[in-house]
Amino acid sequence: MTVTEPTTAGPEAGTRVVLEAANVTMRFGGLTAVGDVSMKVHDGEIVGLIGPNGAGKTTFFNCLTGMYVPTEGRVTLAGEQLPPKPLKVVRAGMARTFQNIRLFGNMTALENVMVGRYCRTSSMALTSILRGPKFRREESATRERAQELLEYVGLGNSTELLARNLPYGDQRRLEIARALATDPQILLLDEPTAGMNPKETEETMHLIFKIRDSGLAVVVIEHDMRFIFNLCDRVLCLVRGQVLVQGTPGEVQSDPRVIEAYIGGDDDAEEEDA
Amino acid sequence: MSTTTLPEVLDTSELSRRDQMRARYGTLAPLLAIGGGVLLLLSGLLSWSYDDRILGDISIRFFPAGIQIYAMVIGVVAIALGALLRVRPAWLNPGRGLAAVGWGSMVFVVVALVTISRQAGGSVNINEGGWVALLGALLVFAAGWVARRFELDVRSWPRLPGWAEILIIVVMMAVLLFTTAYTLGLDDSWTFVCLLVALLTIAVALVGSGFGEYIGFVGANNRRVLLLSALLVAFLFPFTQDGSDANMSIATQILIFAATALGLNIVVGLAGLLDLGYIAFLGTGAYVGAMLSQSTFATIGWKPPFIIVMLCGMAVASTFGLIIGSPTLRVSGDYLAIVTLGFGEIFRLAMFNLDGTNGPDLTNGPNGIPAIPDLNFFGFDFGKVHTVAGIPLGRFSNYYFLLLLLIAFVILVFSRLNDSRIGRGWVAIREDERAAEAMGVNVFGLKLLAFAVGAALAGLAGTIKAHQDTSVTPDQYIFLESAFLLAAVVLGGMGTVAGVLVGATILKLLPRSCVTRPTTGCCSSGCSSSS
Repeated sequence: MTVTEPTTAGPEAGTRVVLEAANVTMRFGGLTAVGDVSMKVHDGEIVGLIGPNGAGKTTFFNCLTGMYVPTEGRVTLAGEQLPPKPLKVVRAGMARTFQNIRLFGNMTALENVMVGRYCRTSSMALTSILRGPKFRREESATRERAQELLEYVGLGNSTELLARNLPYGDQRRLEIARALATDPQILLLDEPTAGMNPKETEETMHLIFKIRDSGLAVVVIEHDMRFIFNLCDRVLCLVRGQVLVQGTPGEVQSDPRVIEAYIGGDDDAEEEDA
Repeated sequence: MSTTTLPEVLDTSELSRRDQMRARYGTLAPLLAIGGGVLLLLSGLLSWSYDDRILGDISIRFFPAGIQIYAMVIGVVAIALGALLRVRPAWLNPGRGLAAVGWGSMVFVVVALVTISRQAGGSVNINEGGWVALLGALLVFAAGWVARRFELDVRSWPRLPGWAEILIIVVMMAVLLFTTAYTLGLDDSWTFVCLLVALLTIAVALVGSGFGEYIGFVGANNRRVLLLSALLVAFLFPFTQDGSDANMSIATQILIFAATALGLNIVVGLAGLLDLGYIAFLGTGAYVGAMLSQSTFATIGWKPPFIIVMLCGMAVASTFGLIIGSPTLRVSGDYLAIVTLGFGEIFRLAMFNLDGTNGPDLTNGPNGIPAIPDLNFFGFDFGKVHTVAGIPLGRFSNYYFLLLLLIAFVILVFSRLNDSRIGRGWVAIREDERAAEAMGVNVFGLKLLAFAVGAALAGLAGTIKAHQDTSVTPDQYIFLESAFLLAAVVLGGMGTVAGVLVGATILKLLPRSCVTRPTTGCCSSGCSSSS
């Protein structure tokens, strides 16, 4: 249980660029929600994204995952430019979770994760009706993998519960399991510990380390500063859609501009609790 | 569903209060229930009315008929529940069942007595049997009122040996078959209403006391037996009709309606797309069936065998589904409902106008395509009466068997798709479209697929419907029919098979049973009070 101490970068961090966002800009009419943000994520690296409310963090996530079409800039995953279509982004290997949990409430935990396998399986309508050996094999492989992932995130005993009946913390973990089911190279977590108690937060941190150690890159949006500075190898601070500071947790933490952005030094700073 | 939502925390004081209650009412409630039940049983043997022309004949003593038999059955249930309350098995909750029987028997007896006095001209016509029944019902009601305080938690059910569980299913199915045949055989509308009240009472009592769940548990243990016996019951049903086509005609309509509703269930129940113009696909299939039929009014010269016609109906309907779907599925929710409603009407109007003057002559316009001959499979003429094992099976029975095959096929398609990658994708879209998309589900493609599969199933049903109805006209495919289909899906339970079957049956049966029986002024109120 030594995770509360800041960790150094992952074992192979920096060897390969997984995700590169170059000059991503998102304008809604006259409002520039994200302006000229560039970011590189290497494999086995955990990058934190912080900033006051309304800084454009989630909008930036939506640009990365193709839910928004960026006004300018491009996103490349493992060297390939991503088309701004969520479907293709997931196929290429980027998965995400949502700030406000978006599970499939009336499906069981297992089925939720099995939906995540959708893009890695191929049986279509006719094969599903005829149920040949290929269909059976794929179906049982899907089920096994989903079960495995539920155990991986610690939900091995809740597989048959409806997602909406799960406790809050379990729902967050189920979302991570569902995202992992798409076999991503990079995982984007939008406030994974929002609303969690300190114990659950710590467990989530363990889980993210475990995911990182399995070779995935992770990008985390979070408001919990202790969590983010303990977890991340690198931190980006967004303010009003611009990258304010970028660096190691130590650097960002001590940067006066970050403190100013959060606590407020001038008139337009927003109130924000860490 | 899940037992975790029922935290059972009782402090000791409450427990002891409970025990006291049990001690105080433990003997009273069973006694009341058994006494009331015996009175109800007895009343069945007595005369209920001086008038022997109403409600069947309920004026003769020691010769129970109609509502007297229902009273006796309710009495037996009350006695059984009372006895069970005394025995207190750990896996049943007879108290709640008894409460239901109490209410139900009161309603039943009151409805019966009011009917007698209305039809025979005053309450003086009620004979001693009616009053005994009222007393019995009051006692049972009191028993239920006392017994409803015993709330037992049904936690687990005993596992019986395999043969016994199968026997339970078989008996249940046999009762179902008998009751259905009996219900449909009734020709007096108020006896029918009384029967519905009685059946509802017994059903609620069984479900309330935990029998329903137990039967569900047994059914889940013997899924295959349940399915087979259900099919067998459905298959045996025409043999109970003694060659009469009256009920078989309704049954075939129910089957077509149910098959179509199951198709709609894919669209609405699984994929969550509110389609208000679904009847158009049934119509498409019916028109394809008619145009390619042997009818002299058929507008297309090609007359292929029926199996080809069915495939054509499916193909054309699903093509229409794709054509209608690809622009409309870009909107969702309320907007989709409105657009599909529009397309449903467009279909009807198009069929109305394709009469040669406004466009190609495909449908004969408002006249439709009449005189569609009966199907003929390898010499088996669907229009003729065939005698099997001494029981004559009429025209509608023949179609009934074909439609049973159809519905089995539809159920197969539905349940297999539901339990697959495709079905999970559909449900994910229904639950949260954006999240589904972000998880790599091909939202637009799957929505189109739902539309196409649903349309294909409706088209298939339509080709058979055309032959069974012998004519196809545009006014059979009005919006009201779509609304009815949707009501069946929603009423029965979206995304389920059994629920939609029940919903479709109720929606087709209830209005018919009340409306076609000519008793003045009481039909609509009877329906609403019994449903």
